[in-house]
Amino acid sequence: MKYKKISSVLLLCLSVSMIGVGIYQNQPDSVLSKAIRICLECVGIG
Amino acid sequence: MAKKKHYQIVIQSIATLIQNANFKGFFTGKIYQGDTKKVCVPGLNCYSCPGAVGSCPIGSLQNSLSGYSFKFPYYVLGLLLFFGAILGRIVCGFLCPFGLVQDLLHKIPFPKKIRTFKGDMILRKLKYIILIVMVIILPIICKLTPVFCKYLCPSGTLAGILLAFSDTTLFSVFGSRFAWKFCILSIIILTSIIIARPFCKYLCPLGAFYGIMNKVSVVQMSCDKSKCNNCKACAKVCDMAVDPSVNCNHTECIRCGKCKNVCPSKAISYTNIFKEK
Repeated sequence: MKYKKISSVLLLCLSVSMIGVGIYQNQPDSVLSKAIRICLECVGIG
Repeated sequence: MAKKKHYQIVIQSIATLIQNANFKGFFTGKIYQGDTKKVCVPGLNCYSCPGAVGSCPIGSLQNSLSGYSFKFPYYVLGLLLFFGAILGRIVCGFLCPFGLVQDLLHKIPFPKKIRTFKGDMILRKLKYIILIVMVIILPIICKLTPVFCKYLCPSGTLAGILLAFSDTTLFSVFGSRFAWKFCILSIIILTSIIIARPFCKYLCPLGAFYGIMNKVSVVQMSCDKSKCNNCKACAKVCDMAVDPSVNCNHTECIRCGKCKNVCPSKAISYTNIFKEK
């Protein structure tokens, strides 16, 4: 159980760090640029 | 118990409405273009759905991986890890719009509902293969191609149908790819009436990802062995065909809480990993 708790905390820290690095690299803008156009592959056209 | 059951549907419906709050889009056929789409939602909700106000994590992950110049998808993967590390598969049970669709379909009466069958648990490994091959490896190899979205995702097909109803010109451009995806969606819809959540069980890469994190997520299910009388009522009621009295944080558990509600000795409860002994 101790290892599970440590893993949980480490995963949370890792995820927050990764989000931070992603924001620093402007990755949310890349996500937005794709999401504001109709994804032809997704809807079955492209 | 009926009241508690009702709660799950209410929470699922509210979560679906919040994630698809661009109601105007359903009438105009235009998708939302605001800044909230910088953030991925926790469940499977296609960003091409006219109502979507957030981004699909699986679609965004594939797009990040399939760019011409490879960049590690820190942001999308970080968000997925964050949701998984806190909630695990409770996302599937309460927050995923496509989970709600399947749950509603399963309420349609059918003479013989199937809970499990021979090879069921082996077939459930398929979603891990889909996660690794269709969501990670193939998008890296086939540039600019979100393979899972293109060939399998039923959420995208639903989004296409909703868009076409508000912009009927789309019907004229639907071809063989759409026919293929429509067949998959139809199979999932029909199967959902007989088997609970077939897409979550066998195909969903998001469920596979969150399932791996079930054991270490902050939200946990707990089974007090001193209270459990081994009646197996929890196992009998479980739509995902797991036995919570043996493993209450199984990778297949979507934490819907049906086992908790049905337990006569109140042995099963929601807890958090820091309270666990």
